[in-house]
Amino acid sequence: MTSKITTNSSRAFNGGSITDDVMPVWLQEAIKAIMLPIAGILFFLLIWGTAAQNINTSLGQFPGPAKAWEQFQSLMAEHNTEREKAVAFYQRQDDRNAARIAIDPSYPVKIRNYTGKPTYIDQIGTSLITVLTGFILASLIAIPLGITIGLSKNLYAAANPIIQLLKPVSPLAWLPLVTMVVSAVYVTDDPLFAKSFVTSVITVLVCSLWPTVINTAVGVASINQDLINVSKVLRLKPMTHIFKIVIPSSIPMVFTGLRLSLGIAWMVLIAAEMLAQNPGLGKFVWDEFQNGSSNSLARIMVAVLTIGLIGFLLDRLMLMLQRLFSWDKQAVLR
Amino acid sequence: MMTNTEKDTATNTPINPINPILELTGVGIEFPTPKGPYKALTDVNLKIAKGEMISLIGHSGCGKSTVLNIVAGLLQATEGGAVLEGKEVNEPGPERAVVFQNHSLLPWLSAYENVELAVKTVFDKSKSKAEMKEWIEHNLNLVHMGHAMHKRPDEISGGMKQRVGIARALAMKPKILLMDEPFGALDALTRAHLQDSVMEIQKDLGNTIIMITHDVDEAVLLSDRIVMMTNGPSATVGEILKIDLERPRSRIELADDPKYNHYRQQVLSFLYEKQRKVEPLVNSPKATKKVSVAKQEIA
Repeated sequence: MTSKITTNSSRAFNGGSITDDVMPVWLQEAIKAIMLPIAGILFFLLIWGTAAQNINTSLGQFPGPAKAWEQFQSLMAEHNTEREKAVAFYQRQDDRNAARIAIDPSYPVKIRNYTGKPTYIDQIGTSLITVLTGFILASLIAIPLGITIGLSKNLYAAANPIIQLLKPVSPLAWLPLVTMVVSAVYVTDDPLFAKSFVTSVITVLVCSLWPTVINTAVGVASINQDLINVSKVLRLKPMTHIFKIVIPSSIPMVFTGLRLSLGIAWMVLIAAEMLAQNPGLGKFVWDEFQNGSSNSLARIMVAVLTIGLIGFLLDRLMLMLQRLFSWDKQAVLR
Repeated sequence: MMTNTEKDTATNTPINPINPILELTGVGIEFPTPKGPYKALTDVNLKIAKGEMISLIGHSGCGKSTVLNIVAGLLQATEGGAVLEGKEVNEPGPERAVVFQNHSLLPWLSAYENVELAVKTVFDKSKSKAEMKEWIEHNLNLVHMGHAMHKRPDEISGGMKQRVGIARALAMKPKILLMDEPFGALDALTRAHLQDSVMEIQKDLGNTIIMITHDVDEAVLLSDRIVMMTNGPSATVGEILKIDLERPRSRIELADDPKYNHYRQQVLSFLYEKQRKVEPLVNSPKATKKVSVAKQEIA
């Protein structure tokens, strides 16, 4: 079935030259822009499906697209039932409290939170919150750090070896250290955040810092000499110089760094959550792996695709922000 | 024939204005290079009167830009120095505004905002908001950029960018305006337009201008005096040619003027006979110099 569609669509492209005089160019371009990605996706599904049929694991046959889709629907269904349960729970609680107050107006109302297990959507939410927290904290450190390093050749020379040394370190190496430090340092009776969350955030932070630091520093260091001369002739004060010349001028490079950092943050997060047991997508994958049911592989496959899709969307989001904030509209953005 | 050409070949004593606004005395500069110090300029003496328009002309690498950068304060002379209205120049400042060769507008700001940055910095306390706005618009109108003042540099042509660059420099109310090959990157027609604009502005405002140029016609057309520089290393002022043509000057009328052509011939003969230069292909002194300039700036 799938193969037929691919051949059909490819024939349509080859026939494009025949329809030249009929179809306007923009329509041809539009069809191309839509059809080519679809053809690519169909081809991927075809390969996946075929390969899956030929792989047998101890948990049964490797899931193909159909199996994964089925599990996706099942995860959504679980999510919906869980939400209904929660709504019902709060409804019951409200009713109960209302009844108590009706009898005794001085009754102190107790509201308890629903403590069902987190659904797939909840886990996506947790992952997003964790990664964005880590990424935003990392950016808040990395951008000023990058600007400082970029402004001074000497500081750059001093910091560069450390940055180059720490940049390639895997999150898996950081995690045990971070876990121990968080356990030792983050001790409160009423923790605002779960330890697993803090551990994951710090791991994400440590790993996603470097691209932004390096790109910001390079952006700052490579400001056009003429613009620096303009600043000198105007005798701009150091802070005005930084805010009026240095930062705007390095914005395109900063965004390049931020996009790389966000990509890394998202990639690192999954590993961090697996080990730190932060209730997000990483933990979901790990739990399913440990669970080892006949559906596990298909569910993990759903998670793989979700992770990819969200990573892609996060990158698009950064791209949109870059288009919005960067003055360099001629830069090739893809 | 030679009455209009006042030379100072051997003694290096130029025809000095009585009350110079700017005075360069024994200016020399050395750049450190890996191969040892490179002496770019030596014993440059020049006095410029208020309202004078001076061109610096010479071959590539003769240190024209270096002279200008010393006056601007972007480079420090290692010998001698520049004195502007009795004060020694040792750092850049808005009273010596520079028009850079490649416009140097901040690409993220509109033409108006580019001028605004200069005006806000220079007249921080002395002008009200309304006065600033008026002053910015006045200067943009002066260079005929009033219609496109809210466009950004990437939306306007090269000539227009340079006009904005000039407006920004003028808006600083400089005592002396320094122009580093301001029209070098422009096509011939645009250049002619801008030259006319500069003459017109100079007539109205009486600015003191030092302009670097490669273009003999430009030098003769615009200048009161042309300072011709010898080739580097150790470049210095070779000859100074006084251009005694009546203003306003029209390029079309002058093209047929024997006096004008005589001046042209003088400059050409200096450049191509007395200071004839065969460009080496690699390691030209200019390249070395540029590198060391950049190094100095960053440090």
